[in-house]
Amino acid sequence: MPANLDELIAQLPTFQQFMFVQVALFTAVMALLVVLARNLFHNALALVGALFGVAGLYALLEAEFLAVSQVLIYVGGISTLITFAIMLTRGMMFGDTSPNNRQAGTAAIVIGTMFSVMAGFLLQVPWQEAYVELGDGQAIIANLGRLFVNEYLIPFEMMALLLLVVLAGAIMLARDHMIE
Amino acid sequence: MQQEWLWSDSLINLFTGLGMPKFLAIGLAYGLGAFILANVGLILTLALIWIMRKVLSRIQDRIGPNRVGRYGLFQTVADAMKLLSKEVIRPAHSDMITYDLAPVFSVFGVIMILAVIPFAPGLIGVDLNIGVLYLVALGSVGIMADLMAGWSSNNKYALLAGFRVVAQLLSYEIPMVLSMLAPVLLLGTMRMGEISAAQGLHVLGLNLGFGWLVFLMPGAFLIFFISALAESEQTPFDLLEAESELISGFHIEYSGMKFAMFFLAQFINTFFLGAIAVTLFLGGWQGPFVDNLPAPFSQILGLIYFNIKTFAVYIAIVWIKGTFPRIRVDQMMSFAWKVLVPLVLSLILWEMIALKLPGGAVIQYGAVLVGNLVVIGVVLNILGNHFKREQVRSKRAFEPKTLIGTMRPAPTAETAAAGD
Amino acid sequence: MLQGYAFVLILSGIAFILPVAATFMGYLLGPRKPDAIKGDTYESGVETIGDAWVQFRAQYYLIGLIFLIFDVEVIFLFPIALAYRNLSLFGVAATITFVLILILGLLLEWRKGSLEWQ
Repeated sequence: MPANLDELIAQLPTFQQFMFVQVALFTAVMALLVVLARNLFHNALALVGALFGVAGLYALLEAEFLAVSQVLIYVGGISTLITFAIMLTRGMMFGDTSPNNRQAGTAAIVIGTMFSVMAGFLLQVPWQEAYVELGDGQAIIANLGRLFVNEYLIPFEMMALLLLVVLAGAIMLARDHMIE
Repeated sequence: MQQEWLWSDSLINLFTGLGMPKFLAIGLAYGLGAFILANVGLILTLALIWIMRKVLSRIQDRIGPNRVGRYGLFQTVADAMKLLSKEVIRPAHSDMITYDLAPVFSVFGVIMILAVIPFAPGLIGVDLNIGVLYLVALGSVGIMADLMAGWSSNNKYALLAGFRVVAQLLSYEIPMVLSMLAPVLLLGTMRMGEISAAQGLHVLGLNLGFGWLVFLMPGAFLIFFISALAESEQTPFDLLEAESELISGFHIEYSGMKFAMFFLAQFINTFFLGAIAVTLFLGGWQGPFVDNLPAPFSQILGLIYFNIKTFAVYIAIVWIKGTFPRIRVDQMMSFAWKVLVPLVLSLILWEMIALKLPGGAVIQYGAVLVGNLVVIGVVLNILGNHFKREQVRSKRAFEPKTLIGTMRPAPTAETAAAGD
Repeated sequence: MLQGYAFVLILSGIAFILPVAATFMGYLLGPRKPDAIKGDTYESGVETIGDAWVQFRAQYYLIGLIFLIFDVEVIFLFPIALAYRNLSLFGVAATITFVLILILGLLLEWRKGSLEWQ
């Protein structure tokens, strides 16, 4: 009997897998709410939830730095911006918006095709499995930092320049609006 | 890395020793630790409010709460009971789910800070590799909670204050993160436990515990402290609850226990930001002889040092609350973006250069210290000039001398007759 | 390391349940006599006119945008900070260039006056 029990335990999913399913389900539900909730602010909040879920998935993959950047940039920055944008317009803030419009049917077909293609790929393609021994968590992050300024220096500096251009563009646009 | 004592390890060992499977033991140990941590955090608020009221009243030459219990110690308990027995009013046009969730998230974001605070050697919830960034990321939960509260109350004042608070929190998050980068850059670690441990001062095998980073980078500490004041919405940055303009801020429509949740979140956030300041800059649990003692005593001593420092920082915050005037919204914004961010960026730049200077640690650390002292000088100079101007302005407003020539006594019957 | 996140998970559960329990207790212990006046919008006794929406400054949006851009760049500095002790002089120069670009962005904002609160 105990041997059976051990076998049974061995067949059980690990806690990590269990948590993965939970977090993935949460993310999926939140993503659905983003589309289906009737109030735009609720959509934005559901988006925050979905982004949190994605951060949870990163954490489960032991990509701590990615997880925390996800929370900082997407939850702290981008969702705040989206909420601001919603609140800046009167009609969007209190009015109910219908999740359906005339293109609902077409969209459903496109999404369905996309989903089946991706699901087919995931199931059919023989993915190669690579086992990489993960080092100390700190060392991984430090290595990332070292790679930024050595091997991937040009993309890194280009990103900084790109953000500078984005900043300049944002200032121009916002300033024009403020003058109006 | 040497194996050190860790509360969770010893608890897990204890539970597995009792014959539990490993999985259950870990869950139980962590659950127990987390439960104690969260509850202590909540109950701490009662003490924090009492301290704030006592210190504030002393500053204002009053006695403060002194009726309920000795020294009024149970006044806050009585207040909590009162809040519990209040009716929870939900405004008619509020958005129900968002309205109810906002106070919960507000407290949630604050309690989660506790996970990475090292209270004593080995007494840290979990020493995450990304500890410092984790703390910053939690700030965004608070921002979302404030936005939710502001929006869902369906009140103009709440919405206005919600916008203001988000603008403030976002603006001061940048200098805060950058000032947190200063110790990370120096020590090369983001783990809160390691940052604490690195701040000892070992002389002849004895730990004097005075290698606090504040002695090396006082400028970064000052900028962190100012940003923390803004992040915890304390005076002089409490303009989002400016009673005369916005009535009470984004939680105007909240009552009873839901209001208490916001109130509580603000108090423990203040305290925890003080704890983060202590961990990053004031040596954490470091103090004389803290890790020269056998296991339990060392932890107790560390806990005592940590609490003394954190409460001292908290009292300093209350002191500031009792003395500083509230700033305006434009001053708040320009202080963040035009003073703190450029200063802390140049500080980081200087530290990066200084740490690579040839000539060994003494020259490098000396250069860092000089840069920090310059930053302190600039900040204090700007603040000093600002308050001097404000003082002159407010004095003028009440000075009778300036009124001479502008005001004339009302004409009496005699003067009126003489004038004609 | 994932074991550490179990603690974060458990603490987040407790941190969520505690305020919910507290508000629920307040709901149980407090009186419940709702009426139309109580549920009204509170504006210091003044009748409310219109909905809660008021004209907002576009500046709030701009502040959010500036924050976002700075946030992204600052986050990239943290991994570099971890590796900083062992960086070559080339890496150091690259990092300093990065920070200089960040400062350039700030100066640009300053010049264009988007830091002014009109």
